Amino acid sequence: MLKYILKRFLIMLVTLWVIITLTFILMVSIPGSPFNSDQSSNETIRANLEAHYNLDEPYPIQYLLYLKSIVTFDFGPSIKQPNQSVNDLLARGFPISFELGILTIIVAVISGIILGILAALRHNGVIDYLAMGIAVLGISIPNFILATLLIQQIAVTWELLPTATWSSPAHMILPITALATGPMAIIARLTRSTMLEVLTQDYIKMAKAKGLSPWKIVFKHALRNALMPVVTIMGTLLAGILTGTFVIEQIFAIPGMGKYFVESINQRDYPVIMGTTVFYSAFLIIMLFLVDIAYGILDPRIKFHRKGGE
Amino acid sequence: MKSVNEVKSAHSPSQVPDEWFKWKEKDEGAAEVVARPSLSYWKDAWRRLLKNKLAMLGLLFLILLAVMAIFGPILSPYEVNQQDLPNQYQPPSAEHWFGTDNAGRDVFTRTWYGARISLFVGLMAALIDVTIGIIWGGISGYKGGRTDNVMMRIIEILYGLPYLLVVILLLVVLGPSLSTIIIALTVTGWVGMARIVRGQVLQIKNYEFVLASKSFGTKSSRIIRKNLLPNTMGPIIVQMTLTVPSAIFAEAFLSFIGLGIQSPFASWGVMANDSLGAILSGNWWTLFFPAFFISFTMFAFNVLGDGLQDALDPKLRK
Repeated sequence: MLKYILKRFLIMLVTLWVIITLTFILMVSIPGSPFNSDQSSNETIRANLEAHYNLDEPYPIQYLLYLKSIVTFDFGPSIKQPNQSVNDLLARGFPISFELGILTIIVAVISGIILGILAALRHNGVIDYLAMGIAVLGISIPNFILATLLIQQIAVTWELLPTATWSSPAHMILPITALATGPMAIIARLTRSTMLEVLTQDYIKMAKAKGLSPWKIVFKHALRNALMPVVTIMGTLLAGILTGTFVIEQIFAIPGMGKYFVESINQRDYPVIMGTTVFYSAFLIIMLFLVDIAYGILDPRIKFHRKGGE
Repeated sequence: MKSVNEVKSAHSPSQVPDEWFKWKEKDEGAAEVVARPSLSYWKDAWRRLLKNKLAMLGLLFLILLAVMAIFGPILSPYEVNQQDLPNQYQPPSAEHWFGTDNAGRDVFTRTWYGARISLFVGLMAALIDVTIGIIWGGISGYKGGRTDNVMMRIIEILYGLPYLLVVILLLVVLGPSLSTIIIALTVTGWVGMARIVRGQVLQIKNYEFVLASKSFGTKSSRIIRKNLLPNTMGPIIVQMTLTVPSAIFAEAFLSFIGLGIQSPFASWGVMANDSLGAILSGNWWTLFFPAFFISFTMFAFNVLGDGLQDALDPKLRK
């Protein structure tokens, strides 16, 4: 077990290093100085600015300074908004984005699993077709399209819910729905297919023969095994939800990290792009690592002591 | 012939007289007749795919879409970027079948231009992924040992990189255009394909026919090309049909956050982004058509991919 965790941990560190270095190389290779377009047409001002941001040092020194700033969790100032540091933006935006993300995951997992179980229990019945119809739609409609459709129908035409911002639970319903539908659909399809497989196995027949109630069979015996694949794809789903927050926050004017990120892209505010990309990537890579470990703990079939393995 | 009769009488109980049995001459010709038409793997897969109504619906939609992407703009008297400001936000009518947008451009014409871009990005991304994935996965799986180990470590690291973030980063640096989008999408996109190809090759390379080929002294590259790849085509095709919609989604997503095809050009993502403000004032058609076509195209590729997965799986053969 320890060896497995250690191996995963090492791979995680290398992945982190790759994304950090890649970010650095890409940012350095952008032609021209980030101050070209601004007020700083004056040579001296630009030289001073570049000195201030350490941009006049040779690349290896810049790289080391950059690594140091990441290790000490100091992403430096924003170029376009001088009184803001990237840390300020992260501190302000992250809690909101995190709330949106966590709520989305909870909604997606719970509703996806329920939908999947219902479909599997009524295999080829009306509920099955209905649930899978919803699932196929959920996978096919991109979240930003769904968000705009929801705003148009529910917020503008029917005036049931507020269109934007993040101030009360009522404001949260539409963004969470838009963001959670895709992951929910994927979880529902996966739960359905593994449930169908599990339900035909002998130990389920045995449980039925013992006279257990259908609910007990589903929740105590079948579901535990049917959920393993859901755990495996959690990493991918997390990545999807995280990138989804960029557009959802933009559309619903939610002041989270994703909104700042998209703004920084449009303004070519390189320190902010760099800082947020590294932060997002580190967050995701660490999450993937945790999902891997959780999977290892949950699935007794993964044998840790065997050397090599399959 | 006689010995057979003897054996028979020895085994049959006395109440069954020998005369009841009739010796049938061996007919070489009849033994070779095939009762049912022989089906190759591909014919059988096609036959099973035809029975899958949802997948056929998807295929039909995609064929129609491809035809319209090629000929649609010819049917329309308007140019893609032909602005007509007095006629902005015209609802769908006989002149403008899908209405007009904020600059009075014809949504019908722009939709088919958008289809060209979406299909092109999707197909190119899938094609490049397949090419790199097959080479990488094929070599890694076939060589095994240390080569495989090193190649798989690289894949594991790349696989951990957040896909869309890398794409965004690359596009910020390279600048958004059709070719840079395709490059950015495939830089890490091939990894999934390489994993699938490797898994398949690992499984198939231990079969007897590969051993037979090896014992004839066939070169590795020929074994990979002639023996291994044809037998991995099923999963590769399925993965391809699922790569296309994710690339189409990525292109629309990037256009939407301002990193895609730039605005005067039409792409479905750009059209959806342009119409964000418009729907608040009730001009639904500017959003509806790009939204419908993005969603239905992704739907079509997804159901076709699912159908192919079932059709190409030899275990599900009836």
